[in-house]
Amino acid sequence: MENFTPVSAFSGGLMIGLAAAVLILANGRIAGVSGIAGGLLSPAGGDIAWRMAFITGLVLGPLIYNAAAPETLSITVTRSVPVLIAGGLMVGFGTRLGSGCTSGHGVCGIGRLSNRSMVATCVFMAAAAVTVFAARHLLGS
Amino acid sequence: MLGAITALAAGLILGVGLSVSGMIDPAKVLGFLDPFGNWDPSLGLVLAGAVAVSIPAFALAAKRAKPALAQSFQLPERRDIDRRLIIGSVVFGVGWGLVGLCPGPAFSSLALGMWPTAVFVAAMTAGMALYRFLRI
Repeated sequence: MENFTPVSAFSGGLMIGLAAAVLILANGRIAGVSGIAGGLLSPAGGDIAWRMAFITGLVLGPLIYNAAAPETLSITVTRSVPVLIAGGLMVGFGTRLGSGCTSGHGVCGIGRLSNRSMVATCVFMAAAAVTVFAARHLLGS
Repeated sequence: MLGAITALAAGLILGVGLSVSGMIDPAKVLGFLDPFGNWDPSLGLVLAGAVAVSIPAFALAAKRAKPALAQSFQLPERRDIDRRLIIGSVVFGVGWGLVGLCPGPAFSSLALGMWPTAVFVAAMTAGMALYRFLRI
């Protein structure tokens, strides 16, 4: 457990919850990134602006963090191109089929005390853990 | 207009939160998903912090007739646990476990201009488009 960062994890989590709070109380929308992005692929009239604004903010966020705390952000992606493509396709397809992702089901759905979302969260967490186990401990990657 | 501003603010707060918590880093996420390895429980605390705020926020929203800047709440209405939910969640989970990126962190880390993230986001977009195209 040498990488455990409880304080930054919890405080970052509070911010994530705050983002969901702002979007539901101000805009009346679920802060589910897969749904917000997916909705851009089939937009109803007048529905695009808030989605584009949200995703723009999402992309700008780390830049603000970088400005406030330079050289502290670390992102390590070590996967090959085929795995990146396979993973991306599955995340894109699966989140649309399953009606949500970690922010949609995990933060907002659980926030609403939705059984659907609690089940979905358990399922995708378990599937992810099994996948990591297979990749790391069976295939050695 | 105001709605676009609050949506932008929400996105910014989410992007900063993902950065502060470390959830933007696939290595940190994969560390949580690897209890048999060098387990990093941080993601558990991230979720705990997030729902600590989201539960009261949604409780407050449930008491309101409408949101501050829109005509109505746009909330999912389904309550059943069906095959699409389960299969979709499995597929999503496997993809997430393969790379350690889910949609929020994927978009956020585009800011840092690393090509693997761009490849992942392009594939993720294609996966979403495929779902729409197949009209399942």
